[in-house]
Amino acid sequence: MSLNKNKDVFDCLIIGGGVIGCSIARYLSRFNINAILLEKHSDVCEEVSSANSAIVHSGYDPKPGTLKAKFNVLGNKMMEQVCKDLDVPYIKNGSLTIGFNGDDKKTILELIERAKINGVKARFIEKDELHNMEPNLNEECLCALYAEDSAIVSPFELTIAFMENAMDNGVKLSLDSEVINIERDIDNGLYHVYTNKDEFIAKSLVNATGLYSDKILSLIEKPSYKINPRKGEYILLDHFNANFVKHTLFMCPTKVGKGVLVSPTTSYNYIIGPSNELTDIEDTSTDFETLNEIKEVASKLIKNIPYGEVIRTFAGTRPNPDTDDFIIEESKENPLFFNVGGIMSPGLASSPAIGEYVSNLIKEKLNLSENLDYNPIRRKVFKLTSLGKDKYNELIKKDPTYGHIICRCEKVSEGEIIDSIHRNCGARTIKGVKKRLRAGFGKCQGCFCQEEVLKILARELNVDINQIRYKDEGSEILKYPSKGE
Amino acid sequence: MENEFICIVCPKGCRIKVDNEGNISGYTCLRGLNYVQEELTCPKRMLTSTVKVSNRKDTYVSVKTSSSIPKDLLLKVMEELKKASVEAPVKMHQVLLKNIFDTNVDIIATKEIK
Amino acid sequence: MNRAVDLVIIGGGSAGLSAAKSAYENGLKDILIIERSSELGGILNQCIHNGFGLHKFKEELTGPEYAYKYISFIKENNIPYLLDTLVYSISPKNKEITYSNSEEGYTTLKYKALIFAAGCNERTQGQIMTPGERPNGVFTAGLAQRYLNIDGYLVGKNVYILGSGDIGLIMARRMKLEGANVIGVSEIMPYSNGLNRNIVQCLNDFNIPLRLHNTVTKIHGKNQLEGITISDVDDDLNPIKGSEEFIKCDTLLLSIGLYPFNAMLKNSGAKVNLETKGAYVDQNLETSLDSIFSCGNVLHVHDLVDYVSLESEIAGKNAAKLVLEGRKIYDKVILTSHNENMSYLLPNEIKVYDSVENILFSFRVKKPISKAEILFKDENGNIIEKFNKVDLLPSEMVQLNVSDLPLNDINSLKVEVRAL
Repeated sequence: MSLNKNKDVFDCLIIGGGVIGCSIARYLSRFNINAILLEKHSDVCEEVSSANSAIVHSGYDPKPGTLKAKFNVLGNKMMEQVCKDLDVPYIKNGSLTIGFNGDDKKTILELIERAKINGVKARFIEKDELHNMEPNLNEECLCALYAEDSAIVSPFELTIAFMENAMDNGVKLSLDSEVINIERDIDNGLYHVYTNKDEFIAKSLVNATGLYSDKILSLIEKPSYKINPRKGEYILLDHFNANFVKHTLFMCPTKVGKGVLVSPTTSYNYIIGPSNELTDIEDTSTDFETLNEIKEVASKLIKNIPYGEVIRTFAGTRPNPDTDDFIIEESKENPLFFNVGGIMSPGLASSPAIGEYVSNLIKEKLNLSENLDYNPIRRKVFKLTSLGKDKYNELIKKDPTYGHIICRCEKVSEGEIIDSIHRNCGARTIKGVKKRLRAGFGKCQGCFCQEEVLKILARELNVDINQIRYKDEGSEILKYPSKGE
Repeated sequence: MENEFICIVCPKGCRIKVDNEGNISGYTCLRGLNYVQEELTCPKRMLTSTVKVSNRKDTYVSVKTSSSIPKDLLLKVMEELKKASVEAPVKMHQVLLKNIFDTNVDIIATKEIK
Repeated sequence: MNRAVDLVIIGGGSAGLSAAKSAYENGLKDILIIERSSELGGILNQCIHNGFGLHKFKEELTGPEYAYKYISFIKENNIPYLLDTLVYSISPKNKEITYSNSEEGYTTLKYKALIFAAGCNERTQGQIMTPGERPNGVFTAGLAQRYLNIDGYLVGKNVYILGSGDIGLIMARRMKLEGANVIGVSEIMPYSNGLNRNIVQCLNDFNIPLRLHNTVTKIHGKNQLEGITISDVDDDLNPIKGSEEFIKCDTLLLSIGLYPFNAMLKNSGAKVNLETKGAYVDQNLETSLDSIFSCGNVLHVHDLVDYVSLESEIAGKNAAKLVLEGRKIYDKVILTSHNENMSYLLPNEIKVYDSVENILFSFRVKKPISKAEILFKDENGNIIEKFNKVDLLPSEMVQLNVSDLPLNDINSLKVEVRAL
C-alpha cells in the first residue's frame, strides 16, 4: 500500500485527541506554528476523556510536591475562565468529602492540612451544617471536608472546544489516523510518523496517547514507565430533580479504598461511581456484580437513590502509570519528543495547566513567536434551553431550523445540529452529535431522534444516508438496503 | 395424535384442537374454524412489506397482499418486491403488482405518497 | 405571538387523532393538534404489518391504513394541525402551553381544554442496565423498524432479540422476510410478553426459537456489536452461573417494554399513577390538573391500537363536553383500588354525578390466569358486579365497559381478579 506523503514539515505533531492532546493543541495555537493533531478514532474525546467522573478536582488530595498536585491546583484555577472563553458548561458546585466515623474525621483533618500545603481552600464541616447543605444525605454521614473550588465540567465539550479553538487558530486535525510507526531521521532530526494511510514529518512530537502512551513511546525508545489500565464503572441517572444532590460527594478514603462518588453533572444528570478495577486496555464493559457493588456503596452516602431513573451505565479506562504520578517530560534519547503520559485523575482538572506548560516548553525549544491573531474565544454555541424567549425568536427568525426541535428529551434543535457539523472539529457521527449537543443523551437514548440526526448528518455532509456511522469505521447504522440490487 | 393450533385471525389467539378423526374443537367463531381447516390443507398468510418509490429520494411505500397467499410463496413474493418499484404519486390501495404468481392476489399500497 | 384555542391536543398519533375526531363529532370545532414529527399518524406509520382495526372497524388493517382513516377525517373536516412542532411546557395555572416550530418560533397558546396524547417510549439497554460494552448494533425494536420500513435499510443481518414484546416479534418476521438471519428471542419471564398470534405467525412460522427464563448478560464489541452472552435466570430473575452461551450477531433488538412519555405532564404538576407511570385520572380521563385530559399510551401502555382509539374517544368526548357545557358539580369521589393479581387499574377515581354513564375500566394481570373471575367490591367487601374471563395474560390489557354500578351507595371501589 502506498502512503499519502504529507509534503508539509510540521513544527509539531500531537498524537492523541483526548483532553490533554487537544489542550496542548489549543495553547500551542497561541504561537506561530504549523501543527497537526492525529487521532485514531473518528472524533476527538473517545477514550479516557469521554468516560470519567467529569470533576474539576480542587487539588487538596494529591501528595504535595507531585506533578499531580502542581497541575491540579493550577488547572483548577484556570478552568473557570477557560470554560467562559470556550463556552463550555462549567459549574463550581463545591465538593464534600464525607466521613462516617472517628477514623474518617482524623483522615479529613489530615487532608485539610494537606490542602493548606497545596494551597487549596478546604474547611471542616460538622454534621448539622453538612445535612443542611445536602438534605438527602444518609443519616450516618458524620462530617465532611468542604472544598469550595471543586467544580464540574462537560468533558466532551471541553475537549471538543479545545480542538475547535486550536483549529480556529490554525492547528490541523487528522481523524481516523492511527499511528503505527515512528522514525527519527538521524541526519536532520526530523520525525517521520506513519499511520495506516499517511506519512507525516514533524520537528517535534507530543505523545498524548493516554492508555497507549507507553506503547507509542516504545515505537522509538524503551519506555521508562508502564501503563496499567484501570477501569471505572458508572451509573448515570436522568435529570429528574435539580435539587437531588448539589455538591460532588466523595467518601473519605480508607485503607479499603476510595469508595464512590455521587455528583450532579453540568446537565443536571447524576453520576454514581466509579469502581476501580485492573483491566485489559480495550475493555470498557460493565458487569452485574460491579454495578451492584457501586449501588451498595453509594447507599452509604444517599439512602434512596431512585434507580428507576437510570438512563445508562458505562465504564471508562484510566491510564494508571506505575510511577504513581503524571509524566510530563522531553525524552532524553529523542530530543523534541515530549511525553505526556499517565494523566489519570485529576487529569481533567489539570488539562489547561498541562496544555499551557507543554506548549510553553515547545515554544522555547522551537523558538516560536507569538501568534498575534490568536483568539482564545470560541464562537458561542446557541443552546435553546439557555436562551430567553425573545432571543430565541430572534434566532429562529434569522434561521428557522432553530425552531425545529429534533431531540425532545434534551430539546436540541435542527439548527444546533447543523451548526455542530459545520464548526471546526465538527460532528461527523451520531455519537459526535450526542457528545456536542446531548441529542440522544436523554431518557430515550436516541430511540426517537437518532434517525432524524442521521438524515441531517447525511444531508449536511453531502453523503448517502448509509454512510453515516455511530462512531468509528465499521459502525455504519444502515447496513443493508432492503430493496434493489 | 391430537393437534393444537393457536388461531391468528384475531388478537384473541384461541387454542383450537384437531383430534385423530379430524374433529375440530375450541374455536369461538367461524373464522377460527376456517383458519384451522386452511391450516390443515394449505396454510396461508397475509404479507406486508415495502416497495421503492423510484422518483423520490430514500422513499418507500408500504404494501400488502390484497388477501392471504400460500405460506410457501412468502419468500418468492418478497423477491419480486425487492425488484419492484413505483412512481409517485401513489394512491391508497393502488395496485402495484397484479395477480402475483397466479394467485389472484394483488400487491396493493397501504399508504399515500404525494 | 399569542394564540388561543378551545382544545389543544398534544400528539398526532392514534390517541390524538381519535380524541380529535371524537371531540369534533361531539360538537367542538376549535381544535388544534400538535405533532412533533413531519406527518400525522405517529408510530402507526412504521407499523406496516396488519392486525389493526379488528375491534374498531371489524376489518384487518395495516398501521398506515388505520391511521389513514383518521387522517382523512381530520383533513376532510379541516381540523387544524401543526407538524414538526414540539410542545415545551404546559402551564395549568394560566391554561397555556408553549411550543416551537420553524414558522412560528417559540409560541404561547391558550387553551380551554387540553388532551395529552404524547404516546410512549421504548425501554433501552441503559434502563435495564444490560452489562457489557456500548457498540453500534443494539437498537430498540421500534427504531430498527423505522429504519427498515420508512428508510428501507436493515441495521444488520444476524439478529438476536431480547424481550418477547410484540414489536420484537413483528420485527423478527420482518427482518427474516427481508433476508436477515434471526437467531432467536430471549424472554426473561417464564411466559411470552407478546400476543399468541404473533408467536405463531412471527416465530413459529419461521422456526425462530423463543427461550423463556433467559436474558442477555453481556454485550460484546466496542465499535460494532460482535456478539452477546445469554444466560438462563432463576426464579428471582438472576442469571444462573454456568448457563452462559455466546451468540455471534451484529444486531441486538430490544423489545423489553414501553413506558408512557409522561415527563412533561408530571413536570407540570400532574399527579402520577405510580403503577402505570402515566397520569392519575378519573373516569372521564381528566387528570388531577384542571381541564387536562390524558389518553392512549401516554396514560398507560396498550396492547392494541383499537383500545387506544376507544379510550381516546372518551377523552375527546369529555373534553368537548367540558368546553361546551361547562363543569358539572359532582356529589362525591370514589377512589378505586385493585388486588395483588393486577398490575394496575384505571380509572383511579370516579366522580359521581347525578347521571353516571358507562365507565371504562382498564387493567392488566401480573401473571397468566387461565380462568378468572373479576369482582367489583364496595368498601365492606360486598360484591356489586362480577365478570368471568378466560386466558388473561400480562401481555394483554383488559378493557371492561361497565354500566349500572350502584355508585350512589358506595364510598370506595375495589376490583379483584381471582383465579378459578
